[in-house]
Amino acid sequence: MIPDDALPWLESGEAADGLVLSTRVRLARNLAGRPFAGRNSAMDREGILRLVEAAVEESGDLAAGTWYRLDGLPRAARRWLHERQLVSRELAGLGPGGRVASGAAVVVAGPVAVMVNEEDHLRIQSLQPGFALDAAWTAAGGADEALGSRLSFAFHSEFGYLTGCPTNVGTGLRASVLIHLPALVLTKEIARVLHGLAQVGLTHRGLYGEGSEVLGNLFQLSNQTTLGKSEAELLDHLGRLVQEVMGHEARARDVLSRDAASLVEDRVWRAWALLRHARALSFDEALNLMSGVRLGVGMGLLPGPSLVTLNRLLVLAQDAHVARAAGTGLEDEALPVHRATLVRRMLEEDPR
Amino acid sequence: MSACQQCHEREAVVHLTEVSGDTVSTVHLCGKCAAERGMAVEEAAATPLGSFLATLGKGGSALAAAATVGDACPGCGATLADFRASGRTGCPACWVTFERPLRDLIRRLHGATRHTGRRYDDPALATDPERAVAHERAKLREALRQAIETEQFEAAAELRDRLRSLEES
Repeated sequence: MIPDDALPWLESGEAADGLVLSTRVRLARNLAGRPFAGRNSAMDREGILRLVEAAVEESGDLAAGTWYRLDGLPRAARRWLHERQLVSRELAGLGPGGRVASGAAVVVAGPVAVMVNEEDHLRIQSLQPGFALDAAWTAAGGADEALGSRLSFAFHSEFGYLTGCPTNVGTGLRASVLIHLPALVLTKEIARVLHGLAQVGLTHRGLYGEGSEVLGNLFQLSNQTTLGKSEAELLDHLGRLVQEVMGHEARARDVLSRDAASLVEDRVWRAWALLRHARALSFDEALNLMSGVRLGVGMGLLPGPSLVTLNRLLVLAQDAHVARAAGTGLEDEALPVHRATLVRRMLEEDPR
Repeated sequence: MSACQQCHEREAVVHLTEVSGDTVSTVHLCGKCAAERGMAVEEAAATPLGSFLATLGKGGSALAAAATVGDACPGCGATLADFRASGRTGCPACWVTFERPLRDLIRRLHGATRHTGRRYDDPALATDPERAVAHERAKLREALRQAIETEQFEAAAELRDRLRSLEES
């Protein structure tokens, strides 16, 4: 039912220095003349889904995509889709007290995924490996044009694309990069950097988006406002600031090499040793160890593994993926043992 | 002039008629106290262009539709109070019904109110004459608002006439 391969956004190879793992652009769109998610009925949502399905059917690349009806999937499968960043926690009904809305669905076609009946009728998103704002915008923007020529989107001549929440109105565009900033965390510079970013219109979230905590020194940086600037301006602004943050991280690594070389070396080698030999790992622990190893590889302190393997582990070491690979359920108490086994095997198989 | 029944200081500009069972009472409030009670006060009448805008209110045009408490969105039935409680608009028509308070809000959120990104042409406009007229009306209203803001009164008068003829046809 669900293809197990396709992790295109993780196959980023050795691009750049591995600081930016992935880039996402999402566009919020709603259908004209229909109530938004907060005020619509199950019947409204079914109607929206049918319209989107028909439009996707006629939309070139999207037509070949795979559909998943979240409201018909068991929790493990919904979680699996969420771990692949294909659906939000809300759409998958995984939030606190969360339930899946009827008509909740996603169509996945290569680097593009379109969520239906999320907070907006459509959330068109593209996930790309590495630091690739242009590629993500081109893919999401293309899907937007294809769907917008077949559906009637709600658009206001002054306010732009209309959304349920006023924070998304205008372009409906939220671009984010997933960036690894361990040296800024170690040197305690991170708070200052994030505060500075907030002053110039950037927000940060954890790995899983809104409301999630920061794990493994991974931050999602994204634009705060969506109206008043064009898509190109928003992307350009974010891109330049991410470059600046990368510069800060590089300088923090220089400081670590200069002032705390042996400490950092000890730390990354310990992480590498634990990851390769532990017999039980929680996901949080694995994520923190992977952060140490990634830093070690980035600073040239460790011989391996490849960034591709680390990127893949980020997804494959999560609960639903581990459970699926081990042929067990999410409630299995042996999940940490299965995870450690999977991590060891993948590191042994790593070409480096 | 009647004084505000709440602060007893300022002039009452909002005259609210409340019907409760068999009793009908009228409350007179100043703009500030009305706002404190959650009522968005239509400010058009306080400007020199108020009467100009008011003429458009006749004949059923929704141009100067004031979003006062209790006014429900014709698209989804949501009121301004619903929006304040949930932080979410109910449907696309809410953005027209509650245009003024929403404009103030998005100015605070985004530091701007005008979308400058991708423009969108609804494919249905080519095949659905009713939607096309609604779209044209929305465009004219927006142009009119801009003309008034920039004090281009001649252009505004022309736009007003075009809006009228569109509504009569």
